[in-house]
Amino acid sequence: MKEFEAFDLPQPSKVNYINAQYGLKSWLLTKDHKRIALLYLGSITFFFFIGGLYAMMIRLELLTPQGDLLQSTTYNKVFTQHGIIMVFFFLIPSIPATLGNFLVPMMIGAKDLAFPRINLLSWYIYMAGGLITIYALLAGGVDTGWTFYTPFSTTFSNSYVVAAGLGIFINGFSSILTGLNFIVTIHTMRAPGMTWFRLPLFIWSHYATSLVMILGTPVIAITVLLLAFERVARVGIFDPALGGDPILFQHLFWFYSHPAVYIMVLPSMGVVSELIANFSRKNIFGYKFVAFSSLAIAVFGFLVWGHHLFVASQSVYAGMIFSFLSFAVAIPSAIKVFNWTATLYKSSISFDTPMLYALGFIGLFTVGGMTGLFLAAVAVDVHLSDTYFIVAHFHYIMVGGALMGYLGGLHYWWPKISGRMYPEGWGRFSALVIFVGFNLTFLPQFVAGYLGMPRRYHAYPPEFQVFNVLSSAGASILGFGMLIPAIYFVWSMRYGKVAESNPWHLPGLEWRTQSPPPTENFEATPIVTWEAYEFAPPEETQVVGKFAGELETA
Amino acid sequence: MSHAASAEPHGHPALQHHFENMEQQREAGTLGMWVFLVTEIMFFGGMFLAYTLYRSAYPSAFASASNHLDITMGAVNTGVLILSSFTMAMSVYFTQIGKSRPQILCLIATIILGLTFLGIKAVEYRQKYEDSLIPGRLIPTRPFNPAVAYEGEVNEHKLHLIGNATVHQVELFYWIYFAMTGMHALHMIIGAGLLTFLLYFSIKGRYGPEYHSPVEVIGLYWHFVDIVWIFLFPLLYLLGRHLEHV
Repeated sequence: MKEFEAFDLPQPSKVNYINAQYGLKSWLLTKDHKRIALLYLGSITFFFFIGGLYAMMIRLELLTPQGDLLQSTTYNKVFTQHGIIMVFFFLIPSIPATLGNFLVPMMIGAKDLAFPRINLLSWYIYMAGGLITIYALLAGGVDTGWTFYTPFSTTFSNSYVVAAGLGIFINGFSSILTGLNFIVTIHTMRAPGMTWFRLPLFIWSHYATSLVMILGTPVIAITVLLLAFERVARVGIFDPALGGDPILFQHLFWFYSHPAVYIMVLPSMGVVSELIANFSRKNIFGYKFVAFSSLAIAVFGFLVWGHHLFVASQSVYAGMIFSFLSFAVAIPSAIKVFNWTATLYKSSISFDTPMLYALGFIGLFTVGGMTGLFLAAVAVDVHLSDTYFIVAHFHYIMVGGALMGYLGGLHYWWPKISGRMYPEGWGRFSALVIFVGFNLTFLPQFVAGYLGMPRRYHAYPPEFQVFNVLSSAGASILGFGMLIPAIYFVWSMRYGKVAESNPWHLPGLEWRTQSPPPTENFEATPIVTWEAYEFAPPEETQVVGKFAGELETA
Repeated sequence: MSHAASAEPHGHPALQHHFENMEQQREAGTLGMWVFLVTEIMFFGGMFLAYTLYRSAYPSAFASASNHLDITMGAVNTGVLILSSFTMAMSVYFTQIGKSRPQILCLIATIILGLTFLGIKAVEYRQKYEDSLIPGRLIPTRPFNPAVAYEGEVNEHKLHLIGNATVHQVELFYWIYFAMTGMHALHMIIGAGLLTFLLYFSIKGRYGPEYHSPVEVIGLYWHFVDIVWIFLFPLLYLLGRHLEHV
């Protein structure tokens, strides 16, 4: 038997961050990053539910070729609002504001984020933006598409563009403040011994995400502000009648909104890196490559926005350069996928629910990423632009990627967050239902799109019906699959098995404190003497520790 | 609360519970402000991009509109802001060496200079309002409708169009002018508020050699706002003036 050194685990204590204080005020005025994470968790779940209702209406309408359930104007509002809610109020804050908020300080051995008050402020800003957007939806809705393209949004649309834009503008600041807080925390608050290359990969991916947040979000803020002024005061900046250029809006919009896709998927990649290494109990293959590929994605992500403008009067040469750069951004993504699969090789994998989501992520993200390459090729994109192929592609990234990582992470850290175990059998079952439902929803859309079915129409030629029926059937399975975790997570908070401090027997810092953690996270500031992902020998699956001797080379 | 593993003794009343020591807290505050300023650069960047794009598309309109701005007031304001940056830097310096009285005087000077800038800016805005140069329907009762000078006429209240410039293109310039200087003025107002906050706590004696990071951090912000103006002044007031006699 190989030698290893076991770690001390904390004694369970009755006082933790959840029961340290009681009352509504103790939650609404909290500066504890863990409680703020829970505030975010509740609110983004609420917005996810609204966005999901709109998705349901879309899929019901598209069940038949005629526009029978919704009129075209209503349908325009429904898909717009589905996009706005899901992108700005669910996907962008999803992992960073909940899991990131909870775990970034814990994983680096800090007591809190660097600016706890700003952290709470970011939640209030998020809620203010969300409520204004909900007002826009209730007052009459928005019909511009989530992209707000000019001149339709500035001149012709008769809907609540300014209110929705204001909601997004305000919400942007919550994203900026979260990113700022993470960057400063990761730079200045690491525990003694927690060097940059001992950081869990979750931290690296959140660092990269934060860079995108602080560099991209201000640009969408000023863009939406200019759009609102254009609409209210006709100042001419995007209006061709007054000498303005509507394409400028598209450039500014996608300068943020393409990198925003990486705000959604990078944290998810961080979660998957954690899951793959920890559930195969093996150090991640090529730690530095995985870490730096996150930064490479963040940097390259800012140089590819032009691939959204291949058919929007962009010059041929700009198109060629953007095409090339869009191919290039696939390289760091591919590095991650290959390193994850290489980590799995000859490891001791356990197929718990989080790992099922991680494996699902790898498959779905690969499909989403590869179809992204089709769209990066200018000539192919001209054929596929504004078809259901695009819709299928970005749902594979945003749902198959971002959402799978979010759910996987939520299951993985649920014992830490709530102090209770979720029901494992139901967990695995729902993970499989979601995987099947997701593929049934979006695979047929690739085919329909390739054959020429355009997006954003409430009616379509009858030959596409078979794909849409499959898709709607899949969506109902997907929706059912999502309901199961929603129910058992709530159930488990009261009735779930009480979780140990380290139920998965893992070495990460967040597992070396009690579940749920005390308000100060650790009884004493930890001193880090180990590398990331150091495990006891594979046969000692119940032991949390690291090799004391030399690592045996295969 | 447990501080068992803290390496250094601490006890400064301004130390927040989640930091190990004052040095870490100061570093976090300074880095936080730098990161925030990066977001500000990106925010203004969208408008600088619009400026660049439309200036290259409509050079003669931008020159015509730029000539109508009051270069004297712009230049005086530039001087005022540079001076205010100096007094701000001195205030930080006096905090660090613990000289409270000159520190407070420098802060007051910075606030007065900031308000002077805003006052001069308000006079400029008023002139533009009187010449009906506020773009679009930003002021619903006075839409953009400047009087255009005829060939050879000399009237400083009328727009002198150069080359093939049109009134619409001039309007675009004025929108960019008001968007950028307006956003800058908003930052000045917020800055003046922050300086007043600093002044209040400086008089109460909160800052000194051990604890000066709020003065430093707000100083950084103030310098940033000044630097934005240092770019705005030449871009809006100076560039293109040589086209006047084309």
